[in-house]
Amino acid sequence: MGEFINTFIKSAFIENMVLAYFLGMCSYLAVSKSVKTAFGLGLAVIFVLGITMPINWLISEKLLSENGLFGMDLTFLRFILFIAVIASMVQLVEMVVEKFSPSLYNALGIFLPLITVNCAILGGSLFMVAREYTFNQSVAFGLGGGFGWFLAIVAIAAIREKMRYSNVPAPLRGLGMAFILTGLMGIAFMSLMGIDPGVFAGK
Amino acid sequence: MKKSLLNFFKRIEPDKKKSPFLHTAYDAFFTFAFTPNTTTKGGVHIRDGMDLKRLMVQVVLALQLCYLYGTYNIGQQHFEALGMYGGFFEGFHLKLFHGLIKILPIFIVTNVVGLGIEFWYSAKRGHAVEEGFLVSGALIPLIMPPDIPLWMLGLSVAFAVILGKEAFGGTGMNIWNVALLSRVFIFFAYPTFISGDEVWVSDIHKIKDIGYQSVQYGWAHHFFDWIFSGFGWSTFGNGAQSVIDGYTGATPLALAAKGGWDNVLNVYSTHQMWWGDIPGSIGETSKPLIILGALYLVFTKIADWRIMVSMVLGCTFMGLIMNGMAPDQITADTENIFKFMAVPWYYHFYMGSFLFAMAFMATDPVTAASTRPGKWVYGFLIGAVGLIIRVWNPAYPEGWMLAILFMNTFSALIDNVVLNANMKRRQKRTAAVSS
Repeated sequence: MGEFINTFIKSAFIENMVLAYFLGMCSYLAVSKSVKTAFGLGLAVIFVLGITMPINWLISEKLLSENGLFGMDLTFLRFILFIAVIASMVQLVEMVVEKFSPSLYNALGIFLPLITVNCAILGGSLFMVAREYTFNQSVAFGLGGGFGWFLAIVAIAAIREKMRYSNVPAPLRGLGMAFILTGLMGIAFMSLMGIDPGVFAGK
Repeated sequence: MKKSLLNFFKRIEPDKKKSPFLHTAYDAFFTFAFTPNTTTKGGVHIRDGMDLKRLMVQVVLALQLCYLYGTYNIGQQHFEALGMYGGFFEGFHLKLFHGLIKILPIFIVTNVVGLGIEFWYSAKRGHAVEEGFLVSGALIPLIMPPDIPLWMLGLSVAFAVILGKEAFGGTGMNIWNVALLSRVFIFFAYPTFISGDEVWVSDIHKIKDIGYQSVQYGWAHHFFDWIFSGFGWSTFGNGAQSVIDGYTGATPLALAAKGGWDNVLNVYSTHQMWWGDIPGSIGETSKPLIILGALYLVFTKIADWRIMVSMVLGCTFMGLIMNGMAPDQITADTENIFKFMAVPWYYHFYMGSFLFAMAFMATDPVTAASTRPGKWVYGFLIGAVGLIIRVWNPAYPEGWMLAILFMNTFSALIDNVVLNANMKRRQKRTAAVSS
């Protein structure tokens, strides 16, 4: 349990997907104009990351590794299978959102199916492989990474909503300001970098 | 009282036609303290005696005690390290002028760079000069170490004013606290100049194989020496003296991080920490004077007491959790982080810049949350996150600057959630009434 919480906190705050690794920037910058849509997309990303991570863990450990089901090294298939899992999960999310919240579906537009190529999600799976996480940790990493992404996009959406009333210099309006905001948010999130929950909370 | 004061000022008002220059100078300072009795023409305005200039200048007034003691303390720490002039009044003029030699260039560079950019922008964008930089310009010198290189200071101020404020549309529109942005710029870009043990006491440097020594004094010190010797007072001399035995220049926080509360008490007494006789950023050391400033801000209603109270609560809450998590028995083998966690929660207010951040940084009305429930959440989280960074993050010595910037990021979100919850509740109420 301690391991689970450690990985969750670490991936959500300390190694935030957006603000520490700058992954998943495209939808982060494009959909962060209002809190409502950002909230919806953030939830979708939490869901997709949280589901694909354990599935991809099972695939890479139980199918593709040498001591897996086929008994040979199939790691070259990793990318294709990871993407396939992610794409099918995104299809699922898309159908659910279309069914239950058509307005959110319309607001998100192309960015909902584009979660498939959101680098935070594939990046998460690849981090998981590179860091040799256990199954528990991969679940925590998926949920935590998703939550961190959610937090970042909702925060920047709130700021951008607030800034609708400010007189930003014309050349900076829109994306330019979003980049400056992201950079300054990155500075603010650096405050938590270096904390190791394992040291004081026990492994 | 107010009326007689106003009458007095009205009586000494210079005539507008006879001496226009004197009148404008008088007017600039008069409007610091009183509302100008001119009416706004055209458009619809909220009529209130409290304008931006009035708001800003109150904060600057509240900071004056910190400036006075900060100036003195720069000299006090310098001479204490050399083992000279132990008492408060011994060598008072030397301490004061040493402090002035240090703080004046910092103050001037901050304001020239900051106001210069501000003026340039308002000329460029065609609006009146806003007093927005007054407060930041008064705060920035107080949160710098006394030996900060001036070009670095200028660069950081330019960064904070351009990217942190003007890009957002000027005064009152910034999301992050401008003063803290300028400090965080130096903190991440040139960390050795603003953290560690060696920067907090002015004009003491480490020489290889010899150890700590005070530097050779420059022309400014010699100039004042010349004046002081004219009065027959004690003088600075040439400098290059060696420090007292056991001097490290470490702040209480650095000591606590290395060995807990006992390690702090070996060097500083609680009395010293309370009154501010410790090394640190220029304005942060003296707790009673900061509290006086904070009370002034609360009584003039510039700063919100809710944020201050909730910040203390957040820090206390986190401190109690840490005390609970720390092992009961502290031995020599205990890891340093557990020793730091075992520091009693109430002593965390004695060390570092908690009070300064609480009184002047967190309460900044522009960057803080602006709804009432939001303020409680905002302050509480600053208190908790700040202590987490201070104790649990071995990379940084102190947490409040980063905690406030961190929560500035979320203050818009907190407000958004509070507002939406409020709207939902009211909608439900009207729906219940109308049905």
